[in-house]
Amino acid sequence: MPSETLEAVREIRELSYAEAVREALGQAMEADERVFLFGEDVGVYGGAFGVSGDLVHRFGKERVIDTPISELGIAGAAVGAAITGMRPVLEIQFSDFVTLAMEQLVNQAAKIRFMFGGKASVPMVVRLPGGSGTGAAAQHSQSLEAWFAHVPGLKVLQPSTPHDAKGMLLAAIDDPNPVLIFEHKLLYKTKGHVPAEAYRVPIGKAAIRREGTDVTIVGSSIMARKAEAAAERLATEGISAEVIDLRSIRPIDFTTIAESVRKTHRLLVVYEGVKTMGIGAEISAMIAESEVFDFLDAPIIRLGGADAPIPYNPVLEKAAVPQEDDIVTAAANLVRRGEA
Amino acid sequence: MSADQKPNQRPELAALDDATVAQALTRMHLIRKFEEAAEASYMRGLIHGTMHLSIGQEASAVGTTLPLEAHDYILSTHRGHGHCIARGAEPRLMFAEFFGKETGYCKGRGGSMHIADVEGGNLGANGIVGGGLPIAVGVGMSIKAQKNGRVCMVFFGDGASNEGAFHEALNMASIWKLPVVFVCENNKYGMSMDIGHAMAVANVADRAAAYGMPGHCLDGNDLAGVAAVAKVAIARARSGEGPSLIECKTYRWRGHSKSDRNLYRSKEEIEEWRNQDPIRRLEDELKAHDRFDAATLMKLEEDAQRDIDAAVEFARACPDPDPKDLTRDVYAL
Repeated sequence: MPSETLEAVREIRELSYAEAVREALGQAMEADERVFLFGEDVGVYGGAFGVSGDLVHRFGKERVIDTPISELGIAGAAVGAAITGMRPVLEIQFSDFVTLAMEQLVNQAAKIRFMFGGKASVPMVVRLPGGSGTGAAAQHSQSLEAWFAHVPGLKVLQPSTPHDAKGMLLAAIDDPNPVLIFEHKLLYKTKGHVPAEAYRVPIGKAAIRREGTDVTIVGSSIMARKAEAAAERLATEGISAEVIDLRSIRPIDFTTIAESVRKTHRLLVVYEGVKTMGIGAEISAMIAESEVFDFLDAPIIRLGGADAPIPYNPVLEKAAVPQEDDIVTAAANLVRRGEA
Repeated sequence: MSADQKPNQRPELAALDDATVAQALTRMHLIRKFEEAAEASYMRGLIHGTMHLSIGQEASAVGTTLPLEAHDYILSTHRGHGHCIARGAEPRLMFAEFFGKETGYCKGRGGSMHIADVEGGNLGANGIVGGGLPIAVGVGMSIKAQKNGRVCMVFFGDGASNEGAFHEALNMASIWKLPVVFVCENNKYGMSMDIGHAMAVANVADRAAAYGMPGHCLDGNDLAGVAAVAKVAIARARSGEGPSLIECKTYRWRGHSKSDRNLYRSKEEIEEWRNQDPIRRLEDELKAHDRFDAATLMKLEEDAQRDIDAAVEFARACPDPDPKDLTRDVYAL
């Protein structure tokens, strides 16, 4: 990608994930009058996680709109604005609250184009801060992305780095379809290189974060970060892990996964959402149904969240989702099993 | 014959000139004939899907939309054929959609419950009770941001007024003074649930007070009366004063859908409402004031019947969609 070549010659500029999202929002609003933000407390409060920050002062209350606590209503409003020429970017304050907005996202946003025979498009973006690790318990900590990946008509993203958070949000705003972006709350303060210009990271393309030969670890969002850290440790044990950051759940970049498995012969899928019926099952099945299955030297392992709501107690909360140690152990076992 | 020569004429009816009345009556006939032909098509096995007929509710669909301008938007319900016709949709393209044909408004993907004519400002009927209400809020936001002076009229039933979507939408439209007109077609039943058992207040329009907007409770079978109130609500929306809630009390002569055995209401009740047929009422009033003679009125009805018959024949002859195009419009490229 040309912008990545450009990056090399530019000064390294570090932003937090939250700052990167804010920069994307600001650049999108500057570039296109149709773009507006709305959601609960996104205005003067600056967003529950500080993502919108000072945007209301830069763009005014007409374009950074504080809404009542009405998740169904605001999701529907995004649909209505999108089909009549606007580019709404909606924030669902905690992704858990999307349960209240399901009707509009699943029955309306996802289906309008199809039901209307292609005569309308729904270019809207929904940002959903989610994930566990903040002691917020079962109704403020879920990872519900797999639900939406199950719905034809929606696109579902999970950027894991500040760079991707900015580039994928800008790509999502350009996209003529409804796009849901799940942002892990623990990632908001993480920092990384973010180019200043308004670049795009293509939707539907995974990133190989680390090359390896013994095992492929596929993850997204915070699990991609944990997998990278785990791969560092595995390297000290003599295990070469390839880490794929999915970035996009729907559409999914199966080609990149398949090529990696062809090379490593082992696959570990890591995700924070509940293990059962989740993203891991889908990726495993895609491998099982493809010719890549014949390249496997060991059964695929899924490392997902426990089949339990996220608990409040920090010891339990940590145990409820895969941690770096779990990834190291699972990958090492997988490699050893494949050798046996 | 001009309206002002008839001193006894109600001002609501006198306000509508002959051309407007003829157009309204034509559309009411088209709705009635469309629904009857839809039912007949089902009986003859020409369709395999379901349908929700609005026979008896024609004055509400036509009266509320009569004062809209060509570029205004509407959003409709699962009982939405009438709203499409009221906004000038072509019956032959509607029948093609109803028959699931590639030539239909939605290329056969939407069917009875999802007829949309986006270019014509009809942003679609909806299979979810109350589904269009929040969407109307966003359309209102869009109109306001684009300063294009349009209005969005959204239809829903009495049942939908018990959904959270109704309350969220009315509240937001009101706090932001959006150019939206909420039209409740209260046909007395949410499927089989009598409104008296489903709602703690007597009228849906009473709920407007909770959202700081005018609420109008109307005889929904009176075309001229409905049109007069809709005109006021539309003008209010367009001038930036905000939304209104109109409740049209009306009745569906048929069951909720084709599976309905009508066990929850009496023949007498249905008969009582049939006697308030909105089409005959309007015709009788026009005749009483010598605005149209019987032959002219008869011709309007016959023309409508001919258009509908032709629409059915057109739709029957149209091709089914090609299965290879199944996933064509899931995503925009």
